[in-house]
Amino acid sequence: MMSALTFAIMDAPFENARTVTAFRLMQAALQAGHDVNVFAYEGAVGLAFARQAAHPNAVHGRDVVAENHPLPRVWIAELLQWAKKNGRKLDWVNCGLCVDERGMGEAIEGVRRGSPADFWKMSVESANTLVIPTR
Amino acid sequence: MKTLQVVETAYRATVEEQDDTIVWLTHAMVGAGGQFGMLLTGNAVCYAVREQRASPLTIGEWQQSHAAELSADVAALVAKGVSLYAVEEDLEERGIRDARLIDSLTVIPRAELPRLLEEYPRIWKW
Repeated sequence: MMSALTFAIMDAPFENARTVTAFRLMQAALQAGHDVNVFAYEGAVGLAFARQAAHPNAVHGRDVVAENHPLPRVWIAELLQWAKKNGRKLDWVNCGLCVDERGMGEAIEGVRRGSPADFWKMSVESANTLVIPTR
Repeated sequence: MKTLQVVETAYRATVEEQDDTIVWLTHAMVGAGGQFGMLLTGNAVCYAVREQRASPLTIGEWQQSHAAELSADVAALVAKGVSLYAVEEDLEERGIRDARLIDSLTVIPRAELPRLLEEYPRIWKW
C-alpha cells in the first residue's frame, strides 16, 4: 500500500481553473495507488453541496441532457466510487464552520463534516500535503 | 446604448462552465437586444487563436460532453454583430500575433485604445 496524500483546497465551484486542476491531481494520485485525503476549506465546501443542479443552456442551444453540465458534486461521487471499487481510500472532509457560514449542510453521501484538527491529523499521517489556496 | 466589454481574465472556470462566463453573458445580452463590442486584453487575447482546443474532461466514469470552444464562441459573437478587438501588444507578448486568429478581429495598438473607448458610452471591464 502506498502512502496517503492530503490536499487542502479553497476555491468555490465554478470560479477557477484551480478546481479542475485539483480534481485531476486527486484522480491521478488515486490512480497511482495513493489514498487521498481532502480538506475542503472556505468556498470549497460548496463542491460537495448536494443541491447542485445541471441546467439547459440556451446560448449553447442545448437542453439539459445534451449540455451535460459539469457538477463538482458528481466528480466527488465519481472519485469516491472509483476509490471504493479499486481498494483506495478517499476521505473528503468539509470544514464544518465553513459549511455553516454558507448554509451548505447538505453534502453528498460519503463526504463528512470536520475541522482544521482533521486537516492537521490527515497531514501528519500523510506522506505529503498539497495546499491549493484561493487567490 | 453601445457597451464595450473589456475582457482580461481568461480561462477562468471554463472547464466547469463549458464556456467563458463573460463571453456567455454577452451572447445572452445580445440575444436580449443589447449592442456590444468586445475588447480582448491580457490573457484573454488568447481567445482569438483559432486552433485552440480543450480535451473533454473525464473524472471517474463521468465524461464531459462539450468542452469549451472559446474561439468559436467569440467568433459567434462577431457573427451576431459584435465588433471584436484585441490589443496588439498583448498578442505580441504571448507570441501569437502571427497565429491564425479569428476572422473579423481588429488588432489595435495600445496607443489607439483611447479612440476606441471614445466610441462606447459604456465600458465594462471584466
